[in-house]
Amino acid sequence: MRPVLLGVLLALPALSLAHDVPRVPPNPTYQAECGSCHVAYPPRLLPAQAWDRIMARLERHFGSDASVDEPTKRELSAFLSRNAGRRAAPAGEEPRITQTAWFVKEHRRANMRNPADCAACHSTLKGQ
Amino acid sequence: MKRVVLAALLGAALAAQAETPEQILASYEAQARTRAPGFAGFSATRGQQFFSARHGSEWSCASCHGAPPTGQGKHAKTGKAIAALAPAAGSERFTDPAKTEKWFKRNCNDVLSRACTAQEKGDVLAYLLRSAR
Ligand code: HEC
Ligand code: HEC
Ligand code: HEC
Repeated sequence: MRPVLLGVLLALPALSLAHDVPRVPPNPTYQAECGSCHVAYPPRLLPAQAWDRIMARLERHFGSDASVDEPTKRELSAFLSRNAGRRAAPAGEEPRITQTAWFVKEHRRANMRNPADCAACHSTLKGQ
Repeated sequence: MKRVVLAALLGAALAAQAETPEQILASYEAQARTRAPGFAGFSATRGQQFFSARHGSEWSCASCHGAPPTGQGKHAKTGKAIAALAPAAGSERFTDPAKTEKWFKRNCNDVLSRACTAQEKGDVLAYLLRSAR
């Protein structure tokens, strides 16, 4: 288990488009607004149009009210599109990272009770 | 005291927003007086009942914030840790009215499918203020 975890820790920052996208500087607004109910998911894990769909219905966000005021919404949307990834996302109004093809493939060997709780297994995502 | 020093450091703009839980409670009281004609004060006991009732939904306030609300909570769906809600636990709870209002709006919507009244918010805050560590 230890070596696997270590591998994950080392691999995470290098994920996906790391070679052509500079590492995302931490954004305090994003951490505060999108990191209060769950980890602040790394923006590169969904493409821009998937983030747009999520941002379009924050009042009914995966069964919770996650609404923010307009200026905050604009700031978050801009941050997410700027740092979004390019891999395909699932269709539908609420695209999940945990339902993208790459996620399912990467985690086929992990024992997933609650796949969206990244920090339970990836300590690099703790406190985010 | 700490708040005063911080406000001084950060400048007047922030000082205008930083409040104490007691000030926030007073503003709910002012609202309740104008909106509910028979207003007869807040009740920590009523707040406690409100806090642990499910109101017909999947969650109560305590599902995420715990009971008593002086310890660390845990988001009922995602499992993320939530800092204790009672101000006595030493957090910065109820010092930023905009933040407090934002969460009352969201969480009341999730649990009651409507906004909470000033009376309900005041009762809950009275209960949280009574919850000593
Ligand atoms: C009020 C609480 C709350 C806030 C605030 C919040 N979320 Fe969520 N989010 C949830 C819940 C609950 C889920 C569903 C988790 C589950 O099913 O395990 C979720 C799920 C997600 C998912 C899907 C995770 C997966 O399964 O792949 C994404 C992406 C997401 N949120 C992004 C955001 C973004 C972006 C913001 C900021 C604009 C945000 N969230 C703010 C509560 C919140
Ligand atoms: C139950 C534990 C668990 C959860 C929850 C979990 N992961 Fe993983 N994750 C793993 C394991 C174990 C691996 C390594 C898979 C392997 O090597 O076979 C992995 C691999 C990965 C990788 C690939 C690393 C690489 O090799 O490039 C990424 C990226 C990743 N996870 C992100 C996430 C994100 C984001 C979440 C939350 C939405 C999440 N994981 C939730 C256990 C978990
Ligand atoms: C599904 C989980 C969940 C439920 C249920 C829930 N809350 Fe919350 N609540 C949160 C989260 C997450 C935060 C933000 C935590 C943080 O700031 O660290 C929060 C913050 C708050 C705040 C902000 C306090 C401050 O710092 O000023 C108040 C007030 C609040 N909740 C009241 C309630 C009330 C009242 C209920 C019941 C009607 C309730 N909550 C139910 C998750 C929940």
